[in-house]
Amino acid sequence: MHFNIADVPQQLVNGLTLGGMYALIALGYTLVYGILLMINFAHSEMFMMGAYFGLMWLKVLSKQSFFTSSGAGLIALYAVSILLAAIMTGTLGVLIERFAYRPLRHAPRLAPLISAIGVSLFLQNAILLWVSSRSIPFPIKFPVYQYTLARDPSGSLAFTVLGATEKLADKLGQGAHAIVQFSTLQIMIIVVTLVLLFVLDTFVSRTKLGKAMRATAQDRDTAGLMGVDINRIIAITFFIGPAMGAVAGIFSGMYYGNIKYNMGFIPGIKSFTAAVLGGIGNLRGAMLGGFVLGMAEALASGFISTAYKDVIAFVILILVLIFRPGGLLGESVVEKV
Amino acid sequence: MGGSKVDIKTSVESARLTPKKIALYAAIAAFLIAAPVYFQAVGNVFMVRIFALVGIYVMLALGLNIVVGYAGLLDLGYVAFYGMGAYSGVLLGYAWQRIVGGADAPLAGLSYWVLLPLAALMAALTGIALGTPVLRLRGDYLAIVTLGFGEIVRIALQNDAFGLTNGAAGLPRVGESIVPAAGQKWVFMHLSTSTFTFSKDLFWYVIVVALCLLTIFVIRRLDNSRLGRAWVAMREDEVAAAATGVNIMTTKLWAFSLGAMWGGIAGITYAYWVGFISPESFNFMESVLIVCMVVLGGMGSIPGSVVGAVIIAGLPEIIRGLAQSTALSRFLTPEQASRIGDYRFLIFGGLLVVMMAFRPQGILPSTRRARELTAEDVIVEEENVDMWEVEHKHDLPHKL
Repeated sequence: MHFNIADVPQQLVNGLTLGGMYALIALGYTLVYGILLMINFAHSEMFMMGAYFGLMWLKVLSKQSFFTSSGAGLIALYAVSILLAAIMTGTLGVLIERFAYRPLRHAPRLAPLISAIGVSLFLQNAILLWVSSRSIPFPIKFPVYQYTLARDPSGSLAFTVLGATEKLADKLGQGAHAIVQFSTLQIMIIVVTLVLLFVLDTFVSRTKLGKAMRATAQDRDTAGLMGVDINRIIAITFFIGPAMGAVAGIFSGMYYGNIKYNMGFIPGIKSFTAAVLGGIGNLRGAMLGGFVLGMAEALASGFISTAYKDVIAFVILILVLIFRPGGLLGESVVEKV
Repeated sequence: MGGSKVDIKTSVESARLTPKKIALYAAIAAFLIAAPVYFQAVGNVFMVRIFALVGIYVMLALGLNIVVGYAGLLDLGYVAFYGMGAYSGVLLGYAWQRIVGGADAPLAGLSYWVLLPLAALMAALTGIALGTPVLRLRGDYLAIVTLGFGEIVRIALQNDAFGLTNGAAGLPRVGESIVPAAGQKWVFMHLSTSTFTFSKDLFWYVIVVALCLLTIFVIRRLDNSRLGRAWVAMREDEVAAAATGVNIMTTKLWAFSLGAMWGGIAGITYAYWVGFISPESFNFMESVLIVCMVVLGGMGSIPGSVVGAVIIAGLPEIIRGLAQSTALSRFLTPEQASRIGDYRFLIFGGLLVVMMAFRPQGILPSTRRARELTAEDVIVEEENVDMWEVEHKHDLPHKL
């Protein structure tokens, strides 16, 4: 594949979108790891379940004329669906913690990991058997525009908005070429992601509950002695992570146009990579890691090979773990005796 | 706590052959010989194949048990070594054909026998190559890195890495062949009768069983060796093991490469038996299934791994086979029977969760592992009560 410098801005925009989704998922891994020192292997299934819950609510709610009659209604349709799906997925996360992980809190470290693999298998196959084994289209009921920065035939910069069927050449004349395009979806994903990340960061660093979470992550037993209800904090962690994952799942469904029972596996592994890249247990690290990984992957699939784009994340993961196991923003952890 | 004393006693006891044990072994041996021969005689080759396939998984589970059960390193990409054995076996087979002068040359049939140790070595070397940089990582990181490695191998195979693997279409390509192993024709010619064919599948079943026995023998010898004890010490407490003179890196590498070696042996055997390999046989689910076998049976336990493999690899197939052979048709419709196969992953998933919560030591646990996983807290509590009673004996009201 030819390296063309003119493609870089577009790849970066794609990478930013992808990175936003990775960041949302990576939060779940990093929060749980920070508090329980456990890789929640089933987290990738929260992403998948979120997408299915979202689709379910979209179908249910779009029967109400309120949601389909106006533009504001359409926005509300997606906002409410995403919210309800996030709540449901968060609740599912709490239930999984309660029944699959809590009994194992003092077990050897392999035990919860294996339990999580079990949960992951169970959820994937539940969807496969009881919903569908094929990919299901994810509907987008609002018009999608391409916000395009381009050079017109005379060579000067021009900004234009393209509808779904419009072509750049028709709008600006033959010979015009795009520099960078943002679709409505990309803007929505990036904006919502940034807002969510900001809210979560503020929640963890400014509120009392956030302080309790940080205390629990630092030393669970001591935090408990200081009056923090550990079980409640863990439950909240297992609500937030899956809820954020669910939002990412719905975004992924909208962005790629379909969802499937095994859609969580690859993004899950990559987001875990993102969490490790940023320094696992470190919230801002996970966000940074998500965006860095998204960009790296978009550039690599644009300039190296799309067939090997999944390999890139794994190679980055292995390299990071070997050369900087603490991650970009993490501190090195000393094995406790 | 007295745990070590119990272990020595049980390990001595388990080495002793009681009449009960001899009877059990004899029954198992009789079943392993009689059942496939019976199925072959009645022409049910499907069941013979399942017996051989389960044997392959027994080997894989035993190999992974070294890594996961003994050394306590969770490897989620074990299937990469299985694939490495299979692909290197087939690719080196082409080289062998070239050396001896074509697929029809008299020596061509030796390729499996010559390449078996080579494929094992290739897989073991891959294990060392992967292990050297990554074994420094803590447990759960290691799990993810091995998972990543497994995926890299699968994606590379799928994308026709170096033009060798023929991508998703698999090997051998059209016009190429995997030469049947020497002996296959001989048994067919000499051991078949007018009513009984000594089929290719039965031949490979015999080889697989022999390899399983070899695996069990080697692992049993390892179990109580210096290396085996180092593995267990390291699994229990890496820092303490290092402090008592266990070289952690070397010990881990031995576990990793020995485990990989059995994966390689299983891989080349599978490739030469089935005569066709494709990347789809070596996907992540396969790795997870093998981990499930080890965990379900009981980590660190040889009979456990065997039982786990038999249950997970064998049971759904046997049920499906029985349903087709009309034995179960009174209870199940064919659709229901095939649905059972579809539900197995769902059931395994649930089973893993329930198992971890209620019987984390597995079905047939090793004594050591069972104590480590369940009894510890109870013992400590009991001991505390005892100590309290001793210390406060004089404070207690004496009711005489």
